[in-house]
Amino acid sequence: MHIVVCIKQVPDSAQIRIHPVTNTIMRQGVPAIVNPYDMFALEEALRVRDRLGGGKVTVLTMGPPTAEAALRKSLSLGADDAVLLTDRLFAGSDTLATSFALSQAILRLSEQEPVDIVFTGKQTIDGDTAQVGPGIATRLNLNLLTYVAKIEKVDPEAGSIRVHRRAEGGVQVLEAPMPCLITLLEGVNTLRHGSMPDMFRAARTQITRWGREDAGIDDPTRIGLKGSPTVVTKVFAPKPTAEPATQLEVAGRSPADVAADLVERLFDDSGDLERLLLRQAG
Amino acid sequence: MNANTENARPKGRRFQLDPKFEAYKGVWVFVEQERGEVHPVSWELLGEGRKLADQLGAVLGAVILGGGEEEALADALEKACEEAIGFGADLVYLATGEVLADYRNETYTSALTDLVNTHKPEILMLGATTLGRDLAGSVATTLGTGLTADCTELDIDPETRSLMATRPTFGGSLLCTIQTLNYRPQMATVRPRVMAMPAVDPARSGEIVRSGFGMSEDDVLAKVLEFIPDEAREGAQLPYAEIIVSGGLGMGKPENFKLLFDLAGVLGAEVGASRPVIQAGWVEADRQVGQTGKTVRPRLYIAAGISGAVQHRVGMEGSDVIVAINSDPQAPIFDFATYGIVGDAVQIVPALTEAFRKRLAVTRAAS
Repeated sequence: MHIVVCIKQVPDSAQIRIHPVTNTIMRQGVPAIVNPYDMFALEEALRVRDRLGGGKVTVLTMGPPTAEAALRKSLSLGADDAVLLTDRLFAGSDTLATSFALSQAILRLSEQEPVDIVFTGKQTIDGDTAQVGPGIATRLNLNLLTYVAKIEKVDPEAGSIRVHRRAEGGVQVLEAPMPCLITLLEGVNTLRHGSMPDMFRAARTQITRWGREDAGIDDPTRIGLKGSPTVVTKVFAPKPTAEPATQLEVAGRSPADVAADLVERLFDDSGDLERLLLRQAG
Repeated sequence: MNANTENARPKGRRFQLDPKFEAYKGVWVFVEQERGEVHPVSWELLGEGRKLADQLGAVLGAVILGGGEEEALADALEKACEEAIGFGADLVYLATGEVLADYRNETYTSALTDLVNTHKPEILMLGATTLGRDLAGSVATTLGTGLTADCTELDIDPETRSLMATRPTFGGSLLCTIQTLNYRPQMATVRPRVMAMPAVDPARSGEIVRSGFGMSEDDVLAKVLEFIPDEAREGAQLPYAEIIVSGGLGMGKPENFKLLFDLAGVLGAEVGASRPVIQAGWVEADRQVGQTGKTVRPRLYIAAGISGAVQHRVGMEGSDVIVAINSDPQAPIFDFATYGIVGDAVQIVPALTEAFRKRLAVTRAAS
């Protein structure tokens, strides 16, 4: 069983600051982390491997050379192998170009050992698009299983997998043949701690780096800006449209008085709201 | 992620639509239905699609996929077609087939891609639901076109007549406008509740274009073994809640969320939360309101102990009335809330519960 996990190194968005004058992102000092959603995917991949009592988990990322840190982290948790897809020509790739590059790399990995399952996180925290997983599956003609909450059964003999996936208004239980691509829902497992030997291995391993040609991409117009149909034409800060709040007097008043004042104002402003509340609470 | 977020449009690069795409005309909305029930985001999108189509002087089309043996389901699909017209569609493309009864990526991607290749719309919009996101990513890849996720604003570029899709980026701290200039259709997804629900006009007329989808069950690889419907009225209800009581770290500790549930009980409201609260594990993740959570637009939104960071703001600023309670008078939430109370949410919330309870009791007694 060969499992590939696609991960992404992202800036910790909680710590991003915007330059007040130029509206550009101030990246200095913003730590890079592994996209948190991807860690659930990695953990699930490791669990599938461990449950089957064997197999290989390869972690794949596309990014700058510094993205190596994300791969070392994965190795320290028990991934067997890691590949960094890095080339200046990949810069500026949108989701379509990214899914193309990753799918080509997965094809190469598959030549080494056929890939049965590709895992990705539900989405990234920097782009939030959730498009790259479906994109890879479509390009490689893998069965796409998104928002998977539970892997009920993996049957390598029959070459099939049974999963529970989150759908609108319920859970769909699906059985599909492998190879397949799974995007994993967050919070469905707890990330393990790395073992000492894995940590040493992660620190020492020479990470495989693939450039465009190593990944088997002959046509440079399919990656980077050239391979991206979407163009960012404008970046701007949200405009402060709203008026500031009407502040209720709080000095010298009890919470009960302030609360009564608020309820009074809400109902005076909008009789609709009172009717709605009566109906809702009814 | 659009890794090119920070790259402005390259200067001097000319944008010329390939002649093969010139035949692409009209705005389409994918109307999402499951077991006969249409997701309301589809109607919201038709409202937005109507505006875009009018700007372009183009036709607004709705696409409905479905099928199955049951008569009730067939009736529901017919009703969905009529409703789509009522919400603004000029044309409804209804494709039916036995394999379209349940959503599966393979069948829906194939059916929708076929329709696009046959009728050639210039814009295709889908709801950013679990189904819509699953489908949009595959369809865009199959068609080799651009797709912009989770748009908050859609407009037409008067110069190129192309779609300007604006979305928050970097956790909502910036907005970026993304265009697909050289490919068609231009695809976009929009989250539920981001666009307003349009008025329905039952008297509107439109045309229904029917087609069959020929794939047979033997050709489909993924099998649906079971569908387990959600039982509880959980956080999943958040986007369409009329009243929401939301809490942030200012609630002090997880136990204090009970105060919010008490208030919600009196108001018949849903309980939401900010991202830090979810990350701290105080309440379930599906209660998160904000850029990485749910977008809401209730009639009344009470934010207790929430600072109002951009990431939260983009998910709830469409609320009619916002009440903010925060001990920090400088908290950004006071910049856009309707009413502000500077004070400890842990004290104010129970007082509010009492005040609403009394007031509603009086009104009820009087009526």
